[in-house]
Amino acid sequence: MPKRGDLESILILGSGPIVIGQACEFDYSGTQAVRALKEEGYRVVLVNSNPATIMTDPDLAHRTYIEPLTPEWVTHVIERERPDALLPTMGGQTALNIAMDLDADGSLTKHGVELIGANARSIRMAEDREEFAAAMDRIGLAVPHGGFARNIEDARRIVADTGYPAIVRPSFTLGGTGGGTAYNLAEFETQVRKGLAASRIGEVLIDRGVLGWKEYELEVVRDGADNVIVVCSIENFDPMGVHTGDSVTVAPAQTLSDAEYQTMRDAAIAIIREIGVEAGGCNIQFAVDPANGEMLVVEMNPRVSRSSALASKATGFPIARVGAKLAVGYRLDELPNDITRTTPASFEPALDYVVVKFPRFAFEKFPSEDDTLGVQMKAVGETMAIGRTFRSAWQKGLRGLEVGRPGWVTGESLQDDGLESDSTEALLRALRRPTTARKYQLKRAMEAGVPIELLHRATGIDPWFLDQLSQILETERWYGELPDPGPEDLRRMKREGFSDAQLAALRGEDERAVRERRWAWGVRPTYNVVDTCAGEFPAETPYYYSSYESEDESRSSDRRKIVILGSGPNRIGQGIEFDYCCVQAVLALREAGFETIMVNSNPETVSTDFDVSDKLYFEPLTLEDVAEIVKLEKPEGVIVQLGGQTPLNLAQGLEELGVPVLGTSVDAIDRAEDRRRFERVCRRIGARVPDNGTARSEAEALEVARSVGFPVLVRPSYVLGGRAMEIVYDEESLKDYFARAVRASPDHPVLIDRFLEDAFEADVDALSDGTDVVVGGIMQHIEDAGVHSGDSACVLPPYLLSPAQLDEMRGLTRRFALELNVVGLLNVQYAVKDGQVYVLEVNPRASRTVPFVGKATGVPLARLAARVMAGETLAELGVPSEPPVNGVAVKEAVFPFNRFDVDTLLGPEMRSTGEAMGVDDSFGMAFAKAQVSAGNSLPGARERATKRVIVTVNDADKPTVTPLVRRLADLGFSVWATRGTREYLRELGVACERVYKVGEGRPNIVDRIVSGEAGLLVNTPLGKKSQYDDYAMRRAAIAFRVPYLTTMSATSAAVDALTAIRTRRPEVLSIQERIGRGGAGEPSSDVPSGGPA
Amino acid sequence: MTAYILLEDGRRFDGLPLGARGEVVGEVVFNTAMTGYQEVLTDPSYAGQLVAMTCPLIGNYGVNDEDEESARPQVSGFIVRESARAPSSWRSRATLEEYLAGHGVVGVRDVDTRALTRHIRSAGAMRGGIAPGDVPAEAFLDRILDQPRMEGLNLAGDVSTGEPYVVPAVGEERYHVAAFDFGVKASSPRLLSARGCRVTVLPAAAGTADVLALDPDGLFVSNGPGDPAAVERAAETIREVAARGVPVFGICLGHQLIARAYGGETYKLPFGHHGGNHPVINHARGAVEITSQNHGFAVEGGEESQVPGAPDLRVTHRNLYDGTVAGVAHRSLPVMAVQYHPEAAPGPRDSRYLFDDFVSLLAARRGAGS
Repeated sequence: MPKRGDLESILILGSGPIVIGQACEFDYSGTQAVRALKEEGYRVVLVNSNPATIMTDPDLAHRTYIEPLTPEWVTHVIERERPDALLPTMGGQTALNIAMDLDADGSLTKHGVELIGANARSIRMAEDREEFAAAMDRIGLAVPHGGFARNIEDARRIVADTGYPAIVRPSFTLGGTGGGTAYNLAEFETQVRKGLAASRIGEVLIDRGVLGWKEYELEVVRDGADNVIVVCSIENFDPMGVHTGDSVTVAPAQTLSDAEYQTMRDAAIAIIREIGVEAGGCNIQFAVDPANGEMLVVEMNPRVSRSSALASKATGFPIARVGAKLAVGYRLDELPNDITRTTPASFEPALDYVVVKFPRFAFEKFPSEDDTLGVQMKAVGETMAIGRTFRSAWQKGLRGLEVGRPGWVTGESLQDDGLESDSTEALLRALRRPTTARKYQLKRAMEAGVPIELLHRATGIDPWFLDQLSQILETERWYGELPDPGPEDLRRMKREGFSDAQLAALRGEDERAVRERRWAWGVRPTYNVVDTCAGEFPAETPYYYSSYESEDESRSSDRRKIVILGSGPNRIGQGIEFDYCCVQAVLALREAGFETIMVNSNPETVSTDFDVSDKLYFEPLTLEDVAEIVKLEKPEGVIVQLGGQTPLNLAQGLEELGVPVLGTSVDAIDRAEDRRRFERVCRRIGARVPDNGTARSEAEALEVARSVGFPVLVRPSYVLGGRAMEIVYDEESLKDYFARAVRASPDHPVLIDRFLEDAFEADVDALSDGTDVVVGGIMQHIEDAGVHSGDSACVLPPYLLSPAQLDEMRGLTRRFALELNVVGLLNVQYAVKDGQVYVLEVNPRASRTVPFVGKATGVPLARLAARVMAGETLAELGVPSEPPVNGVAVKEAVFPFNRFDVDTLLGPEMRSTGEAMGVDDSFGMAFAKAQVSAGNSLPGARERATKRVIVTVNDADKPTVTPLVRRLADLGFSVWATRGTREYLRELGVACERVYKVGEGRPNIVDRIVSGEAGLLVNTPLGKKSQYDDYAMRRAAIAFRVPYLTTMSATSAAVDALTAIRTRRPEVLSIQERIGRGGAGEPSSDVPSGGPA
Repeated sequence: MTAYILLEDGRRFDGLPLGARGEVVGEVVFNTAMTGYQEVLTDPSYAGQLVAMTCPLIGNYGVNDEDEESARPQVSGFIVRESARAPSSWRSRATLEEYLAGHGVVGVRDVDTRALTRHIRSAGAMRGGIAPGDVPAEAFLDRILDQPRMEGLNLAGDVSTGEPYVVPAVGEERYHVAAFDFGVKASSPRLLSARGCRVTVLPAAAGTADVLALDPDGLFVSNGPGDPAAVERAAETIREVAARGVPVFGICLGHQLIARAYGGETYKLPFGHHGGNHPVINHARGAVEITSQNHGFAVEGGEESQVPGAPDLRVTHRNLYDGTVAGVAHRSLPVMAVQYHPEAAPGPRDSRYLFDDFVSLLAARRGAGS
């Protein structure tokens, strides 16, 4: 069957902002799908509200809509574009849910849109756990028995059968949101209530808790002719009970015999056929009883997933790309294996290496959150390592995790590894509770001589894995005791996966000494190819991993080449935005004729897709790993400024090894980061900074704070995403803070700035070639100063800044760029207080807002930066300064507060996981779209009649809130206010009713929220510390999905948005139409090119 | 203590000893299956071969009593990157090391099996040997070169059963099948017996009269090692039995013998097919099967469904990796054969329908009242 000729235009849905459980793996999948369908000649229409994605690059799809991913807005796109088909399987649960809604309400039928890849019946059967259980029963497979409950009574009846532990899973949610494990009736009832609230259909599944069973996943692909292949098997290191996204996972499966594996494979094939996934991929999870091999089917996702992205990177088989082609009618045997190019895609990859994935967490950002891992996913990113053995991949993966440990290394203190004592009892007690520290606790337990059998019983981790870890420890001890290790001993250790830093620590040397000796002895890594076929056929695609084997398969070419360092595992503050920048750079440099060499360890990304760069090294971003690649490839230079803090941290070390770092010099980066040197830069160019000082001790800190005056903003230097950044109001809090902050970054001092209260901030992204400077965009924050720029909504073009202030920012930005001799990107953060422009921060590197600016203006800053770093000038490239924005673009942040039980009040420490963009002709509508996209659904017309606005603000905000409340009343909202706010408003003649605070009487605010009467909550904190009822109120708002506003500026924006929704017709416009062009790097002729800002 | 592999072209790969210590020689091949090393070890088709597993970690789930494809390991030697020290499985009875040592199988571990694989992929399967590190390579190379090449070698006789034996039907006995043992894997008679067949397994030396004396409902021709050209007598028997309308089903070596019986040619592949992921298209169904493969020789194919020299045969299946013939059938007689392993073990079970197809042929013949 060749591709379908009856389709012309295909709609693809993305997954929206990055949230826990749905991250940039869907940019990877969606980008592959768009490219795959485009090359088949289809017209591709894309909807995604996430501007940081590669898939929304204007060059990719024919029409790209950065519009909210809701059924209503997607319908607007469908009405405008009239696609023939919708491919719903590339955008995670978000896309699948929208497709189901559009199917259910008849929109698809009405507009003649066919679902391809998976049909509504299959999606329902796979997603609805009741239907799924029935389907499994039909084909003779078992599911963890239990039942479905729509109320607490049913749930109690079911748990009487399953017993404890019982797993509660809400139907139709993402990444296990709202799920949990219950060990007793009280916990069970709490979990059921949470689960019923979280489920779209008010249903929970109660599973038999098969905790401790072995957990497996198979990635299965089927074509329209019913050919089925299993692309990859994955075995979880952490057994059942820990969400697979939070588990360490290993591919291929390691501890299944062929008979057992084939039984699982047969089951997977039967499942995909019974569910009826027509053409595409799915992911099926199994649980296996380690005592007797009993196998249960846990769940199935009829779409690409985080696991399918991992499987694609682990095997070289591009599941999303193939899936998209199958969806338009191809058969597997009609498609080539893109790695070998000579064999067909209808095969199952054979691996001759081991892949280990480690999840990356952000508990340090949410200190009050319980870090126990369970059925609800909490990881924010992941890193993948490929090694010839499990042990080498394990060590490599831990290096790639970038948590300050150069491999499987215990922390300096017991506390670092989540332990209070290292007695066997304490170790086993800690190990029984799965946490992110478990991997290190295992090492401490093995060091203490705890037998593997006991460790297995405490953790459920398979003894094979535990023995592998034990071997690492044995090798480590052997090496530590060698009288005089020679070249062969060193080679053995490298082959086992030890890093130079680890080896140095084992023998009390420094890393440099180990490296130099190793190089002198010629002990160097080899690179093997990920070829899908275990060496059976030659591979055309240069996708490498390091090993210490006998043969190097990577050949350095004679071409001019550039190495681009990626951003490693996603974390809060360093995510998809930087991958976007890296991919842009790769594309630009390929275009300019360079051989591009990508280094990254994040399997979710587009940058690690095998055909994005000319060569891909799937390696950790450590100095050792990168230096080896550079030593082999001998590139003209390395780009470190596009991948966030990760490559930047390597810059100095690389320079010391004589590696040319392209673009802005390492010294210039230091001048911007080092507070004292930065002061001097500011003085030279006449930039105003808040009063500040640097402190290396608590005493110094108090002194500085007294001299600059409270409140102060404190933070360690060299951090990303405002890690450990806080606003401190008095000496007591400063003392409390200081002890914690020093731990956050031991090598660098603490910076103390006067905090500018009531200021507002602006971000400028600029580009310089060392001679010319162009401003990409000036973004004004919507939140007040004090909220981290990554967490604050911002708008382009700004509306609160005067022309004089804008000019001052342009001038300062230019002077900074020239003073620092920036070659590449520059981001400057400004604050405006009382009309004065202050400089807060200068970052001579790609910023988080680069993709947003690119989408708003159509000027691809990162691409241009790469060309500039490679030696071209801005004049040659014809880069426009401050390219106009057609309309207004708003960026809004998205937070993981529905998963973490922490206060939602925003501050200087970044806590958002992702962002959404709204773009329209007016600010109000753009802000409204951004809010809807970020999941903060503003009350619409229907809610206006039934839901009220609750207002409770501090005294300072009362004058500001009054006109806003008036406008809300004009829009038809009834207003409830707490006592003080109500009195103030009534005096000014604004009608409102009284609502009780928590503790004043009932029903109080929380009751109103819980009972669904509140449509919007405006709450600014009373003073420096949030009170208990503020906290309870904000938590309730999160739980019951009531939009809440904690600043006056955000409230004002929201009122504009509500007005826009009320008065304007919703309209959608593709970014290609909005920016008035198709190709990148082609500025429209009416924009002045080159020239200083 | 070390051990090494030496190839006839002089290429050497160093490692550590595994299993029994000693010198062995044979043809070096690689297998890309990621599971099923015990089945590989006990597959008689590997007689005379030193098998390198491309999957680096072997032995993880130990060895057990159920996954044996014959009474003992059949490989001449075993080559792995790493052998698991502490296997884990509820079925495990011993480690790989214990198993190999217990059966006197010489192996080598800690070898860069990928480099070895890449070498064989480009230079072809060749003679080689495993020796302890202290054996001088020059002398050992002579020994390697002294052994005959695989071409022209009849190994089936060596691994075949000496005496006939019967595998009873599971449940009601519906058919009686005679099975040639040229190195049969236990799974094949087992799958027939599960389908109501009593299977009488015959030695490789059995002739037409021996088969006909059993008055079987069908004839099964097994897999096995060596060059099919060296097993000429069997081809004759197959033709004579089939001429009487007895359904014949051949696997692997059996497939090659059936092709030769009707005039087809066989030839040696550069490095063979050994693994569990080869796609095969079934032309009649238009469907792709992922198959278990283990063969060094193949049947010469022609245009479309032609088998050169064998006008009575047509190609029913093809390997999608390299277009080689993966299955043939007789144009008028109930004779079918595949080059791969529908019995799986190890490998995917996509092709087990072939056993059903064969049983349908048995039923059709019964129904026709012969």
